Amino acid sequence: MKQVFGRPETLTSVPTHYCPGCTHGIIHRLIAEVIDELGVREKTIGISPVGCAVLAYDYFNCDFVEASHGRAPAVATGIKRTLPDSVVFCYQGDGDLASIGAAEIIHAATRGEKITVIFVNNAIYGMTGGQMAPTTLPGQKTTTSPRGRNVESAGYPIRVAELLSSLSGVAYIARVSATSPANVTKAKRAVKKAFETQINGKGFSLVEFLSTCPINWGMSPLEAMKWVDDKMSVYYPLGDYTRVPEVG
Amino acid sequence: MGEKVLMKGNEAIAEGAILADCRHFFGYPITPQNEIPEYMSRRMPEVGGVFLQAESEVAGSNMVYGAACAGARVMTTSSSPGISLMQEAISYVAGAELPCVFVNIVRGGPGLGGIQGSQADYFQATKGGGHGDYKLIVLAPASVQELMDLTVEAFDLADMYRNPVLLLGDAILGQMMEPVVIRERAKVDLPPKTWATTGAKGRPKNVITSLSLDPAKLEEHNLSLAEKYARISNEQVRYMTYMADDAETLLVAYGTSARIAQAAIDMARERGLKVGLFRPISLWPFPYDALQLTAQGSLRVLVVEMSLGQMVEDVRLATGNSKSVHFYGRTGGMTPTPREVLNEIERIVEEGI
Repeated sequence: MKQVFGRPETLTSVPTHYCPGCTHGIIHRLIAEVIDELGVREKTIGISPVGCAVLAYDYFNCDFVEASHGRAPAVATGIKRTLPDSVVFCYQGDGDLASIGAAEIIHAATRGEKITVIFVNNAIYGMTGGQMAPTTLPGQKTTTSPRGRNVESAGYPIRVAELLSSLSGVAYIARVSATSPANVTKAKRAVKKAFETQINGKGFSLVEFLSTCPINWGMSPLEAMKWVDDKMSVYYPLGDYTRVPEVG
Repeated sequence: MGEKVLMKGNEAIAEGAILADCRHFFGYPITPQNEIPEYMSRRMPEVGGVFLQAESEVAGSNMVYGAACAGARVMTTSSSPGISLMQEAISYVAGAELPCVFVNIVRGGPGLGGIQGSQADYFQATKGGGHGDYKLIVLAPASVQELMDLTVEAFDLADMYRNPVLLLGDAILGQMMEPVVIRERAKVDLPPKTWATTGAKGRPKNVITSLSLDPAKLEEHNLSLAEKYARISNEQVRYMTYMADDAETLLVAYGTSARIAQAAIDMARERGLKVGLFRPISLWPFPYDALQLTAQGSLRVLVVEMSLGQMVEDVRLATGNSKSVHFYGRTGGMTPTPREVLNEIERIVEEGI
């Protein structure tokens, strides 16, 4: 009998530690499917962050490096500059990429490093127990913004896709979500395009996923999906943010 | 015998790295080591290598982490405040057992400090610096020739033990010019880098991490590091002596201070004083046993450093309570003169302490 659905070769059979209703698992699967479809598993090196996805190396069946907090784009740069024919991707959360690693992501992007970054934005620090993130929405309650994020004192959330899209080294950048089958299909298309951008040597590519954290948001998985669609997608509109790089 | 050329200390480090087949350099500007990234930016493209100016020492040292993961011979260089920023990556490469070379052309501190030569980073270099149970191999050259030769050797040691190596110089060594003989590199048998993350082609995947959430496993890992450090301590102790055989007063100094001490010893000998030098070259592993043996026949020990006296503790560990251990040093980027050191020798000899 012909098998029509199964685990991608690029995923291991290790059960993930992710909470129910979190979309890390879906995002992992999309990346693995794309790597399988592009036939690059044997030359792919992933870099996991510090955050909920720190153990991503247990779930992906390809070479993997665990980076220090926020430094994945720098580590990826070191790997890619050593192995220019390899496919290198970073998997980073919002605290990792947009807070402590803000310098590293901006400079990897502006250098046009031929790497792919999967940025998972769930508007909160998940692993450490629900503290305010650089992407926490105004008014959003977290354990370090118990009365809701006050922009007067805590400032405003960072729109990473828009911010990085101004840099000429960025060859592809998009924001997606995994809240519905239709959105998952679009998200996979974006992930594939990002990896193809790297493989074709065009420059830096990044896909920002709006993701869920039902546990720390204090919501059911369904409510969390709806919150991404109703609230997060308003502040962080989905879409392709690629600009034609300006020369000079 | 190789070619003899006049070189600046910092350039000798850079060319030493090229000789050692280092083809990846990541760096960030900071005085007094800027000649190294400048040299590398010219030289690396000539030899098909990679030069990249990082956005910070934090990023540069993590690029080193990445390149080392991919199996490259890789180096970064900086000076004291920049090396402080690299401590995160240094702890990670030590934990993940990645071979790579760091160079610290030390300047006065603490804080932003100054830009003159100093030896005030001894504790940071030899006692940890970053977090966790780890050790760097720390080499202390005292001439431009040694800057080159020890840089070459640093890469072999790093590969041999899968351990980061730190070359500890200072602004004076980095900036001074001396003749250097460019030697043929001795071939060393090194283990293949089967652990590197180069893509899982025809083999199971490789994972490089310093994370171990199970404390029993982390302890096991740390004990295996301890076993490696014990092996390095047995195999890689380096030192030199100068007129130490009959020395009643034994000076202990490394790097630039050892050069100054040597000049003071020559002046003291002219005055009939029996003075000699013990110069640690490996600051870790520190030559405890060799120093104890060398100091056995001496009446007293004088440690000379360009700091408030950081190596004194290791010298006392070596000599125990059997010797009086004195210290003379200048700090903040000031350099002791041979005359000052001689005055101190004469003082402790006259006072019989």
